[in-house]
Amino acid sequence: MSAPTAGGRGTTVAREALPRVAAPVLLAGGLLVVWEVAVVTAQIPPFLLPSPRAIAGEVQAMWPTLSGAIVVTGTNALVGLVIGALVGVGAAILAGMARSVDRVLAPMVAGLAVVPIVALAPVLYTMFGAAAETARWVVAAVAAFVPVFVTTLRGLRQTRPVHRDLLRVYAATRRQVTRTLTIPTALPFVFTGLRLASSLAVISAIVAEYFGGPRTGIGSFITTAAAGSNYARAWAFVVGGVVVGLVFYGVTLALEHLVRRRTAPVVSR
Amino acid sequence: MTTPGEPPTDQRAAAVEVRSVSRVFGSGRQAGPVVALDEVDLTVAAGEFVSLIGPSGCGKSTLLRLVADLDTPTAGSITVFGRSPEQARLAHDYGIAFQQAGLLPWRTVRANVELPLGLHGTGRAERRARAEHLLELVGLADFADHFPDQLSGGMQQRVAIARAFAEEPSLLLMDEPFGALDEMTRERLQVELTRICAQTRAAVVFVTHSIPEAVFLSDRVVVMSARPGRIQQVVDVRLGAGAAREDTLRQDGAYFDAVTEVRAALHGGEPARVVGVENR
Repeated sequence: MSAPTAGGRGTTVAREALPRVAAPVLLAGGLLVVWEVAVVTAQIPPFLLPSPRAIAGEVQAMWPTLSGAIVVTGTNALVGLVIGALVGVGAAILAGMARSVDRVLAPMVAGLAVVPIVALAPVLYTMFGAAAETARWVVAAVAAFVPVFVTTLRGLRQTRPVHRDLLRVYAATRRQVTRTLTIPTALPFVFTGLRLASSLAVISAIVAEYFGGPRTGIGSFITTAAAGSNYARAWAFVVGGVVVGLVFYGVTLALEHLVRRRTAPVVSR
Repeated sequence: MTTPGEPPTDQRAAAVEVRSVSRVFGSGRQAGPVVALDEVDLTVAAGEFVSLIGPSGCGKSTLLRLVADLDTPTAGSITVFGRSPEQARLAHDYGIAFQQAGLLPWRTVRANVELPLGLHGTGRAERRARAEHLLELVGLADFADHFPDQLSGGMQQRVAIARAFAEEPSLLLMDEPFGALDEMTRERLQVELTRICAQTRAAVVFVTHSIPEAVFLSDRVVVMSARPGRIQQVVDVRLGAGAAREDTLRQDGAYFDAVTEVRAALHGGEPARVVGVENR
């Protein structure tokens, strides 16, 4: 029964974090160099593959437009993610409370999961008007809804029998059980769903722009640049899409870690 | 939580009174009903420490769950301090500990001990003071702000015991609380438990499958047999008051005699042929 060693954790983390961050950064840098050298020495035409330097130049030159596009697409993805997550959590709570709701919702969610919802984008643009961003929110929301619903429903069913017995013994009310047991048990699952949903929301928001709507976001500019044979510029906007995706993924991953740190399942040690 | 017509706690009443209780599981599509308990009678006096021991399937855990109102008997009646198990549960008459510590991993040790107090509306300051005292009692005062997964299995179980005592219950129900622990930790916690019980004067119903554990802790050991679950024999262990139970007791002659007697009862009344004592 030794005391847990909490001291010295900070320095260990720092020592381990450096190589963990450095290795992928070095790898990415190396790949960029190989790419640059390959394009220059083999004289690959830009419509096949522009060099990283050309792309970086376009990022710099287009920055005012690019940053605006990042904000537009990021906002669309965020609105979709929030709506999809709220509806997903709400539907999962209903399904968790009543089997009948679950039976009605399950086939619909399975259907949504296999339908490529971005394919509906042209229809939605007609529905909501081609000048509005609404269609993109809908596409991102539907894409985000599915993983949040599935993981939340699973999380709501993870309470352990020993905990349920315990709260019954203590004559806890339904509300107390929900607050002290069901929600804390489900939270890490919700955040895992949110992390999966965040990437899907960004991808869906970008791809939805390929099918029309206002020419404001990253997807729109990629198609415009590619259509104008400005390949380095198209790649520059792809870099913008990567930035949006990484930000969404990073934030939701951090949230998930924050929640999971305090709700890690008990492992008998 | 007092509802009209509810009998008040009778301090002179037995802590637990079980009258010809049967529990039959599953009569549906399965191969036939399983009789987990058959016509069981048992009385646990206030302040008494009673162990239930027997092979798996003898219904000892089932009996405990019936007393705790986690399950209902098929026939017969149970009272806890003169009330029905449900009334006793709603009135917080008893504390409970399971084989798994069952701590909430997202709460600190202190918050886990405070859990029953918080559910029942005890004030913040009083909760804190009570948790402090209980953690002192189980020797974990320094770990109040740790999380359960930072503790060893034995420490987690001590937290669970502190939680069970949180509302100063006059009855404690324990379902193999030391079953998953190593032998050294187990013996230390046994001594601790007898000490806490002596201090709080709580009655205890203790389910175990360890003969030495049952004998060391108990005033009486109830030996049960399986299929159907019945009480085979009740062995009186007279090893002195709880306070006197120290580790030295484990070398006592009377202790060995009681172990032998319980073992004989477990083997269906045949004379025990074991020479010496297997101390497990």
